Amino acid sequence: MILSGGLRVALRIFTVVVLVVIYVPLMLVVLNSFNADRTFGWPPEELTLAWWELAARSEGARAALWTSVQVAALATLVALVLGTLAAMGLRRTKFFGRNTVSLLIILPIALPGIVTGIALQNAFKTMLGIDLSLFTVVVAHATFCIVTVFNNVQARFQRLGGNLESASMDLGAGPFTTFRLVTLPMIRSALLAGALLAFGLSFDEIVVTTFTAGSQDETLPIWIFQNLFRPNQAPVVNVVAAVLIVASAIPIYLAQKLSGGNAEAMTGAR
Amino acid sequence: MASSQRPGRGILVIPRPGRRSRDRSVLLLIPPMLWLGVAYLGALGALFITSLWGQNDFTGAIERIWTLDNFRDLFTIEVYRTITVRTITIAAVVTIVDAVLAFPIALYMAKVASPRLQRLLVIAVLMPLWASYLVKAYAWRSMLSEGGLISSIAAPFGLESPGYGLVATTITLAYLWLPFMILPIYAGLERLPDSLFEASSDLGARSAMTLRRVVLPMAFPAIVAGSIFTFSLTMGDYIAVRIVGGTSQLLGNVVYDNQGAANNLPFAAAVATIPVVVMLVYLAAARRTGALDNL
Repeated sequence: MILSGGLRVALRIFTVVVLVVIYVPLMLVVLNSFNADRTFGWPPEELTLAWWELAARSEGARAALWTSVQVAALATLVALVLGTLAAMGLRRTKFFGRNTVSLLIILPIALPGIVTGIALQNAFKTMLGIDLSLFTVVVAHATFCIVTVFNNVQARFQRLGGNLESASMDLGAGPFTTFRLVTLPMIRSALLAGALLAFGLSFDEIVVTTFTAGSQDETLPIWIFQNLFRPNQAPVVNVVAAVLIVASAIPIYLAQKLSGGNAEAMTGAR
Repeated sequence: MASSQRPGRGILVIPRPGRRSRDRSVLLLIPPMLWLGVAYLGALGALFITSLWGQNDFTGAIERIWTLDNFRDLFTIEVYRTITVRTITIAAVVTIVDAVLAFPIALYMAKVASPRLQRLLVIAVLMPLWASYLVKAYAWRSMLSEGGLISSIAAPFGLESPGYGLVATTITLAYLWLPFMILPIYAGLERLPDSLFEASSDLGARSAMTLRRVVLPMAFPAIVAGSIFTFSLTMGDYIAVRIVGGTSQLLGNVVYDNQGAANNLPFAAAVATIPVVVMLVYLAAARRTGALDNL
């Protein structure tokens, strides 16, 4: 009872209205994937499953999906290693550069996407003479994914402290045994949550991707973007979009299980 | 005797986690720092260097000759100034709209909703974040289209859909980034103890005054933290404006078109320094509010 009754009701109504506005566009996409009208006029006059059949046969969409999964998996792997190392390295240190290191980890995501994109493209193409390919996409994605792993692992370290590891060392375990038997089980769910976020971030990324991908490489977002303006592909794009919306429930469910509803663990954000 | 030099029985010699373990943990920082500090910062530095290079007018090849021509063009050609101002304005409007929408929701989530509802609301706000960015922009494209949902809702009121343009871009971007504003504010408000509200009310403040004089100032760093995301994401976006913006251009389009179609990487690099400078100023200002601890 810390806010007045009228205010509480007003806040509730406001929240409901905004949530409706958040979800209507998403539901519309799902609904339109059944809309028989190619231009998606509103309200839909006839429903059909034809687009779903068409999409299921789309080679381009399937290939792009597979590419995206591979890129996201590799970027996540790199981010897991680097993010964990960074969190462990900063753990006991209180040296002056601590804030600088944290800032550096956030930077690839705090700077606008076009900046990270063109900076990496320029470094690969002009400075190092490396042709753009899926490899350069993975490097770029890993760069901005480190922060999600780092944030999760660091939050876990802050919560649990270092007593268990000290005990393990006191009992004679070396640093590697301690890491394997004590630290790793301690941070396992934080690693999973961080990896999930990193995967999602990479899977969905388009701005940096368009700058660092070769002309032949198509991740799923690039495929969607390229087909968005082709009238005869629009229904297929709509089905892919609907699938992605429904599929987004899976990572949410997993993240929720892992973090026990801790919002911080689930954001790590962009 | 030898035995007298051994530590007494029963006394454990405990290796203290002193200098050695601290030194070791600094070693762990080497790989991430090589990646971010050397490679990534190096790439940003190289971008700046490239912006000071020229280009052969006929072949389009980059010429490694120092020149300020790119920056001269950037500052003297009217259209770039217009696009810069337009981009910063849209980023600011998107940020303000998101803050105004997010604060009441975050307050409801943190201080009114029951713990169970709170959990559900966090999921409800997070869920759209996982739905693809392009899908959401695309959803707005079809809603804003002629004969789309918005025009059929607006028609009875004698209004019409704003169509594709800067208004549509602003709406779409505000929609896309809203969760990035809600979550930090929610986390910030949740940390405020309830007793603070009670104290304010005991001292005679009504709810509105408590919000204005107690809650808002204390939530301000969290709002600024959220604004870093909304502002930076808007500055760095060129996709949404291509989808719902009609023919309008933002800074991102200029950067993308120059590295691609126009094949003038040095000029694209020069344009890209604008959002870097804007964000550095923004981050420096945000730092003073203590917002960076809320990231």
